Amino acid sequence: MQSEEIYKKYPKNEAPNMIAMLQDIQGVYGYLPENDIIRVAKHLGVPTSRVYGVATFYNQFRLTPLGKHVIRVCRGTACHVKGSLDILNILETELGISAGETSKDLQFTIETVACIGACSIAPVIVIDEKYYGGLTSKSVYKLIKEYKNKD
Amino acid sequence: MNTYKDILSKKVPAEKFVEVIAGQYDASKEGITPEQIAEMKLNISLEKADKPVVLVGMGTCGLANGAQAVYDMFVQELKKYDIDALLTQVGCVGYCAEEIIVDVKVPGFPRISYKRVTPENVNTIIERTIVNKEPVIQKALGKYQDADPSIWPEIPLLKDIPFFKIQEKVVLNNCGVIDPENIDQYLARDGYQALSAVLKDKSPLDVIEDTKKAGLRGRGGGGFLTGKKWEFAYHTENDQKYLICNADEGDPGAFMDRAVLEGDPHRVVEGMAIAAYAIGASKGYIYCRAEYPLAISRLEKTIADAMEYGLLGKNILNSGFTFELKIKKGAGAFVCGEETALIHSIEGRRGMPRPRPPFPAVSGLFGKPTIINNVETLANVPVIFSKGADWYASVGTDSSKGTKIFALSGKVVNTGLVEVPMGTTIRQVIFDCGGGIADGKNFKAVQIGGPSGGALPEQFLDTKIDYENLKEIGAMMGSGGLVVMDESTCMVDLAKYFMQFITSESCGKCIPCREGTKRLLEILERITKSYREEETEIDSLMRFQGMLYLERLADVIKDTSLCGLGQTAANPVISTLRYFRDEYEAHLYDRTCPSKACRQMLTYTINEEKCIGCTLCATRCPVNCISGARKEVHFIDQKTCTHCGQCELNCHFDAIIAE
Repeated sequence: MQSEEIYKKYPKNEAPNMIAMLQDIQGVYGYLPENDIIRVAKHLGVPTSRVYGVATFYNQFRLTPLGKHVIRVCRGTACHVKGSLDILNILETELGISAGETSKDLQFTIETVACIGACSIAPVIVIDEKYYGGLTSKSVYKLIKEYKNKD
Repeated sequence: MNTYKDILSKKVPAEKFVEVIAGQYDASKEGITPEQIAEMKLNISLEKADKPVVLVGMGTCGLANGAQAVYDMFVQELKKYDIDALLTQVGCVGYCAEEIIVDVKVPGFPRISYKRVTPENVNTIIERTIVNKEPVIQKALGKYQDADPSIWPEIPLLKDIPFFKIQEKVVLNNCGVIDPENIDQYLARDGYQALSAVLKDKSPLDVIEDTKKAGLRGRGGGGFLTGKKWEFAYHTENDQKYLICNADEGDPGAFMDRAVLEGDPHRVVEGMAIAAYAIGASKGYIYCRAEYPLAISRLEKTIADAMEYGLLGKNILNSGFTFELKIKKGAGAFVCGEETALIHSIEGRRGMPRPRPPFPAVSGLFGKPTIINNVETLANVPVIFSKGADWYASVGTDSSKGTKIFALSGKVVNTGLVEVPMGTTIRQVIFDCGGGIADGKNFKAVQIGGPSGGALPEQFLDTKIDYENLKEIGAMMGSGGLVVMDESTCMVDLAKYFMQFITSESCGKCIPCREGTKRLLEILERITKSYREEETEIDSLMRFQGMLYLERLADVIKDTSLCGLGQTAANPVISTLRYFRDEYEAHLYDRTCPSKACRQMLTYTINEEKCIGCTLCATRCPVNCISGARKEVHFIDQKTCTHCGQCELNCHFDAIIAE
């Protein structure tokens, strides 16, 4: 879907659609560009501050571009007791970025998620929508290598 | 395989499908005999399929383990063997530890479940089970009861293996058994019959009365009587009412709602239709987390199919009742599990709670009366009307009726979903279903009810699970996540973890929750650090002062926060402090972590006898504080060490000592 279609799809001045609209826009760009935040506000007839407020309230929305590979680390309780913090630390050290950041070459983004609901195979990370469960520090190094060599 | 639509639609109107299938409508005039219906039902429900059936467990947990590759392999191999078989996906049967689970059903033989199937096993399974009609014993999990039990006597019945033995599958009855995207299979297993019966014979008040009589209580946390909640909305006059299904399962450690939505979405939709009929709502929403993409896509298909069969939309089953259902995707905010926050989110605003009253049942979505029920609650509804309120009330304890699904995770052997009657003990769930603690370690605690619940030590293992019992001992039912912890988990660290979670998820509207939880976190952070040279006297005093205030602060947060999230935010701290006080004292007075989990309190050194100088730790150290030449003993510079523990995790020779 292109961003023009999104503005056509949602009727004007119907503010309840805001979250769905932002989700669609993020689906196109991977993040919410400033111009679109302003445009959504005009489209829905609400102040820009309200759109910005929503965009920064929910964990799903990002205001900066994403890397090519998005690594989401589950920080749920089950993953925590099975060592997800260590896995996050390894990823951060190996990629040289902190959670929530994107590497300078735009290859990787690390995000943490409250829980992705796959607790039975904890600890879990999701790379580009693909789930990896039952991780150990050794398998994480392997995974990073695999993705680094992909390009 | 023909669908009901193919067979029936030319002869019977769509709204009669359910009645025909249920045997309530005599279709012999239209040329369909009851025998034909019965046969069709057995065929479609796969109990007596007329050709071999292969069912691959493809819930999120199965897919994460690589179920897609197994599925693709079956496609390829079945073609190679030139076997006319039905290959289908199913949801999660609950036994996640043994994924990928593949079921095979050969006509005349029992349905058999295989565990831990890899693409390499596919060939063997096809050849042995489908071609030669014999089980692959070393891969077998168990067999179903759908054929003569004397066939394949070496394979145990699935319901007799320890994981399933004490379970009573009511809500999860279809999960892992049928294809969730196939409405016919749900219908063939008596789906939508409850809705059909309700619309035909019962008034909304009857439905409410029956639900009250059944004693169904909200499965999302509070445990309020569902029928009573509906009654409030029923008695509020308005031209428009809403029913919302809360599928924003934000509790870390709970995944039963995901499993139900992925494995049996029609059950939830049927429950919603009945609930909407009871309160008089013509519009409904399913508010589902965006983190569950598979659940959302299956729900979309479910709603479309139900519309096509006339089970949703205008004039359902010719009864005059209209119910339209939409999906709203959440955007990742734990607080949106709270009713008023969820409503704000659907309205396209920030998900912040507001004070109640007015309760949503009086003024909710867009100011209209709104009922919000959790997925598991709604999935319980159809069974009340298909098996009867009296039957439902006969299961469970005096105050808590029916069954409850628990998500078993953490340091337990059999992780997965278990459904047991209320009143089962915690010990039975963890040790009978869960198979005890993994890696031969000892049980320490179990966190029940997620961030709002509490951690319970061994002395409470024989507590019978129901709403009141759990509350009494400082935990709560919550959504039913059970995270099991062994001796290597530090309870102070756990409390700190939950505080980190709450501080990042607090919406920021009320001060006790926003500021109070932050202070709680700071106190816990102070006592989980070892002594540093730069520490001043004031810092040392602050450690003790914080601990003195900890309980009082926790109480204030509990008493004064605006919503459920804040009011229960301090529970993990209160419960760990109550039951694991010695661990807090060890951190505070001795500056040690008995479980060796608080990395910041450990000193890392290298055992000179074990180190062979492989340099791995030095390359993995993020701050380059490990030095040493190749093939020589390495050393850690304590001044620059950040206590991250990477060296210990990476060493292949157990040469790193952490004390």
